[in-house]
Amino acid sequence: MALELAEAEKGKTETVEMNVIEAINRAMDDEMLHDDTVLILGEDVGKDGGIFRVTDGLMDKYGKERVIDTPLAESGIAGTAIGLAVNGMRPIAEFQFSGFSYQAFHQFESHAARMRKRTQGGITLPLVMRMPYGAGVRALEHHSESRETYWIHTPGLKCVIPSSPRKAYWLLRASVRDPDPVMWMEPKYLYRRGKEEFEVGPDIGIDPLPGALIEQEGDDVTVVSYGASFQVAAKACETLEEEKGISVELIDIPVLSPYDSETVNKSVRKTGRCVVFHEAHRTLGMGAEIAARITEEEETLFRLEAPVVRVTAPDIIVPLLTREMAYLPDQGRLVEAVEKVMDYGS
Amino acid sequence: MEEGRSERTVPSRRWSDRKEKQMPRSEVDWPNEVTYLQILDADGKVDEDLEPDLPKETLIKLYKTMVLVREFDAARLRLQRQGEIGTFAPSTGQEAAQLGSICALKDSDWFVPSFRETAAQVWRGAKLENDLLYVAGFEEGMALPEDTRDLPISIPVGSQVPHAVGIAWASKMRDEDTVTMCYFGDGATSEGDFHEGLTFAGVFEVPVVFLNQNNHWAISVPRERQTASKTLAQKALAYGIPGVQVDGNDVLAVYAATKEAVDRARDGDGPTMIEALTYRMGIHTTADDPTKYREESEVEKWRERDPIDRMRVYLMDKGHMDEDDDEAWREEAKKEIKAAIERYRDNVPDDLGSMFEHTVAERDPYLERQRKELMDYWERAGVEVGH
Ligand SMILES: Cc1ncc(C[n+]2csc(CCOP(=O)(O)OP(=O)(O)O)c2C)c(N)n1
Ligand SMILES: [Mg+2]
Repeated sequence: MALELAEAEKGKTETVEMNVIEAINRAMDDEMLHDDTVLILGEDVGKDGGIFRVTDGLMDKYGKERVIDTPLAESGIAGTAIGLAVNGMRPIAEFQFSGFSYQAFHQFESHAARMRKRTQGGITLPLVMRMPYGAGVRALEHHSESRETYWIHTPGLKCVIPSSPRKAYWLLRASVRDPDPVMWMEPKYLYRRGKEEFEVGPDIGIDPLPGALIEQEGDDVTVVSYGASFQVAAKACETLEEEKGISVELIDIPVLSPYDSETVNKSVRKTGRCVVFHEAHRTLGMGAEIAARITEEEETLFRLEAPVVRVTAPDIIVPLLTREMAYLPDQGRLVEAVEKVMDYGS
Repeated sequence: MEEGRSERTVPSRRWSDRKEKQMPRSEVDWPNEVTYLQILDADGKVDEDLEPDLPKETLIKLYKTMVLVREFDAARLRLQRQGEIGTFAPSTGQEAAQLGSICALKDSDWFVPSFRETAAQVWRGAKLENDLLYVAGFEEGMALPEDTRDLPISIPVGSQVPHAVGIAWASKMRDEDTVTMCYFGDGATSEGDFHEGLTFAGVFEVPVVFLNQNNHWAISVPRERQTASKTLAQKALAYGIPGVQVDGNDVLAVYAATKEAVDRARDGDGPTMIEALTYRMGIHTTADDPTKYREESEVEKWRERDPIDRMRVYLMDKGHMDEDDDEAWREEAKKEIKAAIERYRDNVPDDLGSMFEHTVAERDPYLERQRKELMDYWERAGVEVGH
């Protein structure tokens, strides 16, 4: 749609059916219409529309000044995004893969995360660092990791990972509006896997970033997951309900940092059991934090009827594509783990 | 503009326009020279005054390797489209830039590639079946032969540049007579690692040659949008390193410039950066669609300067080959590739357990427990896990 026409129809909302790529594209599109300080920068995001086509069409619509093909320099992308945010813009910076965000690590750690503190609230950085993450798409070395722990471990950064098209749309828009820097990781495994229907519109009301989301209520066991793994977990839960008669409370934690343990712990107090499921490595993965928060809270700890179990990828370098699916935790492993905690002590 | 050079170099910034607005200043003396070398013209005619002294066998081996790698790219593309292997970065169009340079190294020298140097790797003795194993997604393809002096490919753009400098630095510390050659693209010259690597190389005067393949594109970003620098070679000058441009589709010019740089490094006179002007004639990788961002007419223009065609003309003019040889060598290449594909297929590993090898020298008990858990799981699922 031409920009003038779109401007004129800003107030309208519509129901769409989209996959994750289309949803993220639409979220940026609507946010750019809604707020003209929002801009996109990154490698190949303009003319090429992004190597996964996530920014497709946006340069044609908003021009080269707002959808910017940068030189090949991630520290430059992150550092100038910080400067742009300091001086009144709301940048959405794309890192082609999370594996190539480390070239900018010091900009995230030393500056994005600390500017608020270092100016005593005088300068804040409303910016989003987008990066695809995760295995399962037959990619090369460095293209398949799930290293959200780096960002979760850094005070001053938020970390958000959507698990469906609808959530991608709403959460990305909330992230752009968030007053703090958001490390936004996209489950590329889900990019084109399945569509969802939801409402969109440039001026539609957007809630701030949420806490943990109880996606399905249940009594026997709490299963916590996020991102691409969440979809696998949801399927496993269906199997558990239908074939084993186990009632699962399924929780999605799209906002990994700050982590809403209140919601999760409350659920665990109800079910007495918890299994965490993610494709990040075991050691210091999100599961470690979830388990720790459960055990450090007596009222939750003493309700446990089984140890908290983590189903994760192992602590090894992600294998190349032929072995990556065996490396990734799958439905079967979650089903086994849930059965095990159900049988615990009996 | 010299024949064969980029059509789209960055225009000179007209700083002189502002001279009358500035205070009078004195000139600073600095070595601001970037030279350009071409020996074979666009049609493959040789400039006899510059013709390097390469033996016939070497010239023919260079040509045959070019043909082999061009065919190998085509074969890999077919395998990729059939789903048998994953994505890879073709060398097509850049064979002269890679082979003209790598052939100036000795076996005892170090070779530090980026991710598009299949031609140079093959020259160094890499086996095609190992490349296939790797791109098909088996770590086994990455195993190095004993006492090799080749590093594995480096996918994070530009990250290998400081490694090459460190390797060369160690050669200097150990008083070894070896040179390190480091490959990277035009896009890589924007990365911090490139600049930090060259800074060290200049300060510590290490025996390294930086071989930049300016193929005019970094995925969809054209050379002139990558940097406002008029040449890439001049970036080296800022670090006290000579920077030269060569016609990267002219195997003789690439060889001659590299040989000078290698000799210079070996003599203890420090690093050189060579900007080889070449062109990525095809896709960036198999995940890429160049029609989104570049004109076919540009590709056509570069096709007329195909490095293989130019070398063929040269070799025929010299009487080193004829049409029949060409035909026979092409068939030979195809046969070699076919045999390599068969060897690769015969050696496809079928175990899962190896994913736990080589992350660290020795597995700690907790990692061992994770290995056992995962392998037991797959065994219960009826999958052959090996190990
Ligand atoms: C640090 C880093 N950022 C981004 C990428 C994704 N990527 C792979 S190749 C490439 C372009 C490289 O361009 P150039 O250096 O000119 O080499 P060429 O591909 O042309 O050989 C990009 C952006 C990467 N591999 N590493
Ligand atoms: Mg390039």
